[in-house]
Amino acid sequence: MTPFRYERASDIAGACEAAARPMARFIAGGTNLVDLMKLQIETPAQLVDITRLPLDGIEETGEGGLRIGALVTNSAAAVDLRIRRRYPLLAQAILAGASTQLRNKATTGGNLLQRTRCPYFYDTTKPCNKRVPGSGCAALAGINRMNAVLGVSDNCIAAHPSDMAVAMAALDAQVETISLDGARRTIPIDSLYRRPGNTPSIETVLGPGELITSVLLPPPPAGRQVYRKVRDRASFAFALVSVAAIVDLDNDRVRAARVAFGGLSYKPWRSAEAEAALAGAAATRASFDAAGIAALRNARGYGHNDFKIPLAHRTLRATLAQAAGLA
Amino acid sequence: MTSGAVTLTLASPPALGEPAVETASLPSEHVTLTINGRLYAIDLDPRTTLLDALREYFTLTGSKKGCDQGQCGACTILVNGQRIKSCLALAVMHDGDEITTIEGLAEEGELHPMQAAFVHHDAFQCGYCTPGQICSAVALVAEHRAGWPSHATADVATAPALTDAEIAERMSGNICRCAAYPNIVAAIREVAEEGRP
Repeated sequence: MTPFRYERASDIAGACEAAARPMARFIAGGTNLVDLMKLQIETPAQLVDITRLPLDGIEETGEGGLRIGALVTNSAAAVDLRIRRRYPLLAQAILAGASTQLRNKATTGGNLLQRTRCPYFYDTTKPCNKRVPGSGCAALAGINRMNAVLGVSDNCIAAHPSDMAVAMAALDAQVETISLDGARRTIPIDSLYRRPGNTPSIETVLGPGELITSVLLPPPPAGRQVYRKVRDRASFAFALVSVAAIVDLDNDRVRAARVAFGGLSYKPWRSAEAEAALAGAAATRASFDAAGIAALRNARGYGHNDFKIPLAHRTLRATLAQAAGLA
Repeated sequence: MTSGAVTLTLASPPALGEPAVETASLPSEHVTLTINGRLYAIDLDPRTTLLDALREYFTLTGSKKGCDQGQCGACTILVNGQRIKSCLALAVMHDGDEITTIEGLAEEGELHPMQAAFVHHDAFQCGYCTPGQICSAVALVAEHRAGWPSHATADVATAPALTDAEIAERMSGNICRCAAYPNIVAAIREVAEEGRP
């Protein structure tokens, strides 16, 4: 770890001001940042500890949704009965990620902002445009089986590793932030992450010192919610592919469906194409296959991760069948 | 809990192999921790993890450094009753917290029930992961009693029975390279079923 100055924030305005300084970073759970600092992938000159800020509550919104404070731990969110009963998708996704020890530390805001687990991002002896802009992407011709197949560029094929964010994307969650000047904004989770394009080191739309204060869940949509994760071992592994699906049936037809993928892109990948294919369709294997084809039409493999495309198709089919009560 | 509160103040802890010149301009941070019922105060380089603080400055070497990157679980301790990986926690961020390590589980010479169950079931071979396994298991039983679901729970809105599949899932943050897993599960099951703490 390179040396850094430590500052414990006592209020939100002070936290934003401190974190807006050059080379300063917020720290909450630290489960990702401390690891990256040990490897000197992250080398902040200052850490702004926000864990004492009053952002650790889960409250009802007037509209029948929930507001989850940015410092609510992943464990606290997954244990909350309102989330387990009304948003089981979110509890399932959180519980599919990491281990209890990590979920006890990891926070809602930090989970959204965790960095990719691309092996070349972690290997400081290899080029990585995300770590060292302009150095190249070693994953393109490397061992890229964990990397993305949708929405990425030849400058970076890193996948976002979160499970929680995939469920939140399917639930139309919004991220609430506060900026250095006190301005608040509400960002749909789908708009939080920036396409890698030519600047994969810039991962979100957040400005310097802008702090995530909470995640807003709108009232739960009609339909059955299912999160399904496929990984190399039964527990404590990142997703190869995951699917968050919500299926609302009208007898044997799909009235409306929501689909989001994990492990396939730089962000939780909500598929409007799959949802359009499913709306009004018969709840059958053929319809689920058509949704998969629509969702993955623009997917591109990079060699070792080619398998993710058919795996995503099958995982979607199985998840939709389960959400439709057919499996 | 505070049995003879000892305040241990170390003004300048030994350096961890970092060049002194880099740190000279950086202030150390004053940290107060309650560890196994005793109060400790120390000035630390803010880079110091809880694990390193325990092992290097408080000579509590029961918590082990395995991977040092949050994957193996050998460093698992309880902070304010919750299990965490101490290798990924900065000590300075835990100022004022209550910490329990493997050294703090036995009471008055009596092994904690989980320690006794691990011995009874031969739930280890080399023993390196065992302190982390036991701290993790103690928290697991408390979490289950509090109704926490897991990835192995069919309906997350319910509080599931503690089956072997539930125990395995809930212990997936602790690796045992000797693969003593069946006996670890048996030890945890026994403690959970007997309703002991």
